[in-house]
Amino acid sequence: MEVFIQQLINGITLGSIYGLIAIGYTMVFGIIGMVNFAHGDVFMVSAFIGLIMLLILTTWLGMGSVALALFIVLIVSMVFTSLVNWTIERVAYRPLRGSFRLAPLISAIGMSIFLSNFVQVTQGPRNKAIPPLLRDVIVLMHGEYDVTISYRQLIIWAITAVLLAAFWYLVSRTSLGRAQRACEQDQRMAALVGVDVNRTISITFIIGAALAAVAGTMYLMYYGVVNFSDGFVPGIKAFTAAVLGGIGSLPGAVVGGILIGLIETMWSAYFSIDYKDVAAFAVLAITLIFLPQGLLGRPEVEKV
Amino acid sequence: MAVAAPDTALRHEVRLNLARAGKDAAITAAISFALLLPLIGFKTVQNMRNELELETRFPLLLTIVAIITAARLFGLVVIEPWRERRALHPPAPNATLTAVKSAFANYFTPFAMGFVVVYPILILLVVPQGALKWIDNFGIQILIYVMLGWGLNIVVGLAGLLDLGYVAFYAVGAYSYALLAKAFGFSFWILLPMAGCLSAFWGILLGFPVLRLRGDYLAIVTLAFGEIIRLILINWVSFTNGYAGVSGIPRPTLLGIPFNASDEGFAATFGIEFSPVHRTLFLYYTILALAMLTAYVTVRLRQLPVGRAWEALREDEIACRSLGINTTNTKLTAFAMGAMFAGFAGSFFAARQGFISPESFTFLESATILSIVVLGGMGSQIGVAVAAVAMIGGTEIMRELDFLKYVFGNDFDPTQYRMLIFGFAMVLIMIWKPRGLVGTREPSAFLKERRTILGSFVKEGHG
Repeated sequence: MEVFIQQLINGITLGSIYGLIAIGYTMVFGIIGMVNFAHGDVFMVSAFIGLIMLLILTTWLGMGSVALALFIVLIVSMVFTSLVNWTIERVAYRPLRGSFRLAPLISAIGMSIFLSNFVQVTQGPRNKAIPPLLRDVIVLMHGEYDVTISYRQLIIWAITAVLLAAFWYLVSRTSLGRAQRACEQDQRMAALVGVDVNRTISITFIIGAALAAVAGTMYLMYYGVVNFSDGFVPGIKAFTAAVLGGIGSLPGAVVGGILIGLIETMWSAYFSIDYKDVAAFAVLAITLIFLPQGLLGRPEVEKV
Repeated sequence: MAVAAPDTALRHEVRLNLARAGKDAAITAAISFALLLPLIGFKTVQNMRNELELETRFPLLLTIVAIITAARLFGLVVIEPWRERRALHPPAPNATLTAVKSAFANYFTPFAMGFVVVYPILILLVVPQGALKWIDNFGIQILIYVMLGWGLNIVVGLAGLLDLGYVAFYAVGAYSYALLAKAFGFSFWILLPMAGCLSAFWGILLGFPVLRLRGDYLAIVTLAFGEIIRLILINWVSFTNGYAGVSGIPRPTLLGIPFNASDEGFAATFGIEFSPVHRTLFLYYTILALAMLTAYVTVRLRQLPVGRAWEALREDEIACRSLGINTTNTKLTAFAMGAMFAGFAGSFFAARQGFISPESFTFLESATILSIVVLGGMGSQIGVAVAAVAMIGGTEIMRELDFLKYVFGNDFDPTQYRMLIFGFAMVLIMIWKPRGLVGTREPSAFLKERRTILGSFVKEGHG
């Protein structure tokens, strides 16, 4: 029982990170119908930007307050990562809009290879480890095995909840969100009624990147280590989350993310830690084969 | 004055253009500076106490920003007006749907085939010292990818099924040969068809669940399958030896004659002096024959009902089904054929390396093979071969650029930029030619005269 509750806590934490990345996939898929393969690497880049900012703050400026430092790191990482994703969209995807259907996918794969190798070349191939932050834990249940929740996990939950609320407000209550949903339904019609389609798509990429940057910073804080190749597997898992929740559906991305996080941690606890990635990939395959519209998505109807 | 007026107007326009270009370049400079500031401006390094420290690289950062800005300025001032002028005087529009094959296209294939046959001999004559490296790294390596590209071309190019896990079948072929040869001591020539059959079996097995999927979803599921197979290869240590890989894989023999310096070896049997080049030559011609077999089978299959069904499936699955084509069988044969050739290539790869590990079968390999097929222009055999030469040869050449060390100093290692440039090239080629290098289609059935269909007229359905 203790193990189960502990894994539940760990799983929800991990799932929050996946959910935040998954929103980027699901929004981009919803609006331009492409799998943004480079999104996982954008997440990795954001973790590196966060790492560098954290080092500037702690080793150069000698900032004592961890909470303030994390807040600044979060903001800086969001800004720079948004810029990165905006540029990627402008350079690699926009020229291919309306082109042959495989072209954006190949371009995105190329971008993914480029980003991870760029980080490898500029920052070196070794693991980058930071001293653990906020190590304190709260003991929830005493037993032969203590169930604990760390401040780190609480912060991740809180930030995720706040951001999702803000994001939900943005998408469902503002004119920007309306423009986004309009572009999702019919880009040409949206353009006819005065929606700037290019701008809306750019903003979609920026929002996706900002959320990925939050996930990246939290990943760095949670694990304390980051590597240039860390974008691929979390990226695929987040994509799995988006598919599981129903691609195109925003609440679905979060639900899917938490489910994937739980599946992964429970699998590691009760079956085998070696095969935890196999479990995630198998969920992806099974979902797409048996439930392609996902849990909360709308079924795709093809008209002839 | 009447003459001077247009002149000043022109000058005014030029100045305006320059002002606009200057502003644009300033924005480019600002954006690229902000973009590169975190990752190039700072470098994280580990000090003696294993703590991370920061180093700054501002001169490098400023140099790169300057280069990007200069390139942008050049594009705005030189290339943009040139393109505008060209757009004003377009060449006669080529409105016909089809074109007769040009003389170049007619002669290129036999010439290229002749060249690959004599390539090792040319190399031996020109650079006898470094011949081994040139035949192995360039010849054999590229031919493996040409063969894989042609194999995947059946699945992606002909049947239109987007497969991102192709490397799984390559791995099945390689491990089939490695494990069976080590366990039972069968020879390469017995195991080659067996590895092909096993891979084809896996192609059907993995193809079966994904029959209903299309496009991007199919790509992602095949990617997941590819990764699952790789993870099993890593974690099933008792069977595959995990990360450590399988070593000491028996080398292929020529009708039982091994290529070594022993008395039964190739050199002793034929009474010539032993040289490692013999085996390399043998491997080169083996993979050449295998690649040619792939191409030949593909060309012949396109004439058969199953090949035509593949292409119909690619163009429109619903129309295909309403014509009574069994799409299940059509898709499964495509998966099986593609997987079979990957299995051949895989067992050849294992035999050539003598050592395999899961590291060789990562997603990056799948992405490389798929990009070769798409860059080559899906469905075109020549295009795929040219793309394989460009992409693999290009990255191999990066290993040879030692002279750059004299320019950038001794720490400069061109090989680490290989994949960086590879990724960027994929993006650039897609923007330049989204339909690939050879964008035309060659119908297998034609009236009177063999003609090709221009890529811009090809409208694919979902498949």
